[in-house]
Amino acid sequence: MGGQVATDQELTLVPSVVPAPHDRRGAVSAFFSAKRKTRLAMLLGAPMLWLVLAYLGSIAVLLLSALWSTDFFTGNITHTYRLDNLREVYTQSLYRTVTLRTITVALVVTLLDVLLAFPMAFYLSKVAGPRLRKVLLVAVLTPLWASYLVKAYAWRSLLAPNGPVSWLTGGHTPGYGLTATVITLAYLWLPYMVIPVFAGFERVPRSLFEASADLGAGAGRTVRSVLLPMVFPAVAAGSIFTFSLTLGDYIAVGIVGGKTQLLANVIYGQLVTANNQPLAAALATVPLIAIVLYLLLMRRTGALDNI
Amino acid sequence: MRRTLRTCRTYLALISAVAVLVACGSSTKTATPGTKGLAPPKISAATSVGSGEGALNIVVWAGYAESGANDPKVDWVHPFQTQTGCKVNAKIGNTSDEMVQLMKSGQYDGVSASGDATLRLIYGGDVAPVNTSLVANYASVSSFLKNGNWNSVGGQMYGIPHGWGANLLMWNPSKVTGAQDSWAAVFSDADKYKGKVTAYDSPIYIADAALYLMATQPSLGIKDPYALTSAQLDAAVSLLKQQKADIGEYWADYTKAVQAFESGTSVVGTTWQVIANTINADGKTKVKTVLPKEGATGWSDTWMISSKAKHPNCMYQWMNYIVSPEVNAQVAEYFGEAPAQTAACQHTSDKSFCDTYHALDAAYAAKIHYWTTPQKQCVDNSGKDDCTDYAQWVDKWQQIKS
Repeated sequence: MGGQVATDQELTLVPSVVPAPHDRRGAVSAFFSAKRKTRLAMLLGAPMLWLVLAYLGSIAVLLLSALWSTDFFTGNITHTYRLDNLREVYTQSLYRTVTLRTITVALVVTLLDVLLAFPMAFYLSKVAGPRLRKVLLVAVLTPLWASYLVKAYAWRSLLAPNGPVSWLTGGHTPGYGLTATVITLAYLWLPYMVIPVFAGFERVPRSLFEASADLGAGAGRTVRSVLLPMVFPAVAAGSIFTFSLTLGDYIAVGIVGGKTQLLANVIYGQLVTANNQPLAAALATVPLIAIVLYLLLMRRTGALDNI
Repeated sequence: MRRTLRTCRTYLALISAVAVLVACGSSTKTATPGTKGLAPPKISAATSVGSGEGALNIVVWAGYAESGANDPKVDWVHPFQTQTGCKVNAKIGNTSDEMVQLMKSGQYDGVSASGDATLRLIYGGDVAPVNTSLVANYASVSSFLKNGNWNSVGGQMYGIPHGWGANLLMWNPSKVTGAQDSWAAVFSDADKYKGKVTAYDSPIYIADAALYLMATQPSLGIKDPYALTSAQLDAAVSLLKQQKADIGEYWADYTKAVQAFESGTSVVGTTWQVIANTINADGKTKVKTVLPKEGATGWSDTWMISSKAKHPNCMYQWMNYIVSPEVNAQVAEYFGEAPAQTAACQHTSDKSFCDTYHALDAAYAAKIHYWTTPQKQCVDNSGKDDCTDYAQWVDKWQQIKS
């Protein structure tokens, strides 16, 4: 597997190695090479500026503002540096409970998506014929064309006390709450899991199955010893999307979550209800750290080469 | 192996960085200043109103700036636009906190602020004093709404009163039997409707619990639901924690409240008359409302002009327009509140409207406990300063909801 990745990289490197021209037109080529640098600068300038200023810059401002405080009566921000907010966030039991709940929801959503995406992607890649595969791939991607809100509200109607789920199950709808939140989020992020896992299966040559069968392995053994290890990095890559998207979600929870709240709701509450931007910024470090830790964990699986 | 080690080191560095940050913090909390001895920033009021700037951006409560989008017959924004040439862009604020937050952005010309937002905006320097002589219709506004301690400082008005009303108890009579007349329906009797009770999602809702305790547990000694000592606040909080077991969902967005009652997700809870009107107008579900015997919390709203208004002339024209007798009557009837404009009572389509809402009855108006920002300096004029402030209410609300 590692070898395969290495060859891929070499392959992509080859076209960029252009032999230097050794002829009289040195000056011209120098001009062109200078121009190429300009071109490169122009090409990469805007994205780099965006990455450094708009993205990393805003995170830096966020972390900085976590050290400020708010005058509660007038709601104005006091620009003195204190660590009260961070201390509060990392010591209060309220935030610990919500953090634990959020991470649990994120993990459950990820697990559900893996369980759903794995057979779907396998069927798409290895079983379905070319025409059916195209149709199914479109079907997987179509929900992404609909607005997030529409889909969340659709689940709100589905799970309503007098809604279709209640009708189908004879009144056993989970109602609005944590279960509804998990179902809705798992539905919303499913395409982000199916696509990388499908790509992972595409890279597994069919001949390996034959080899495995020739060597006497049954279907279960083939899945366990051949398929799973090869597709695992792709699953891990998909899980980065489902995990981080869930950590940051507050809208779906607001729509189907009943009275439950996740970390992002608390952040929203501090920002909008309490008008305490510094504390909200301090709270925002929690998912930030969780995602960094998760990425570090996933890097070991080789997932980052699969995104 | 080396990679694993490096990863471990990164983890350790991260964790220790957080630990150091947390450990280093000093434990002093910023003190919250009361209004005593504090003066609002010096901002001068307008001296004249010129012609409109062509646009007006305002933050409003749902139902205060109807343009016919919800009901084609309910439209007072378009006539204003034709009269003044000011194109109205209205942003709905769901809670007073959200309104304060929106006004701080400096992108809006004005706001319909309730009493729990007004002082925060005045002392925060976000709104400018209003020169009432430039608002012709101000003269006939109910006198008990003028120079209130929530809309003026030192005799200087900071806005134009709009209307006032009470937060009501609403229920779905097909699910909740019997005539309701007490907040007990959402507190001590809430377990009868387990999972179908709703409440307003804002720290200010703590006052509703305090009001109920004021009537049912006199031993707590609550005199004003916005002036609570720590012990009284804790009693209200424990009542709300108990209530949470029976709550289906909280509402802040009024469309969510409408939808929750229509779908049967909620069957009883606190509401605004406009929500009940919307549900009954749709006709899918019928609801009833009552002002319970324990009294009610309520609001008294004031149109305020931003200190950073880009369209001040349009805002002055809007303030005059919205409290003009015809329009104020229209808004009040649509929203279900008492109009601030006394002359509005002759223009309501229901001739007994002003009597129903006690619009001209100063004694009745005094009975409603208007939203006020709780402060350390008790807001009940007792002169004590052992009350809990809004920051503490916010913390408690977060704990209730966690």
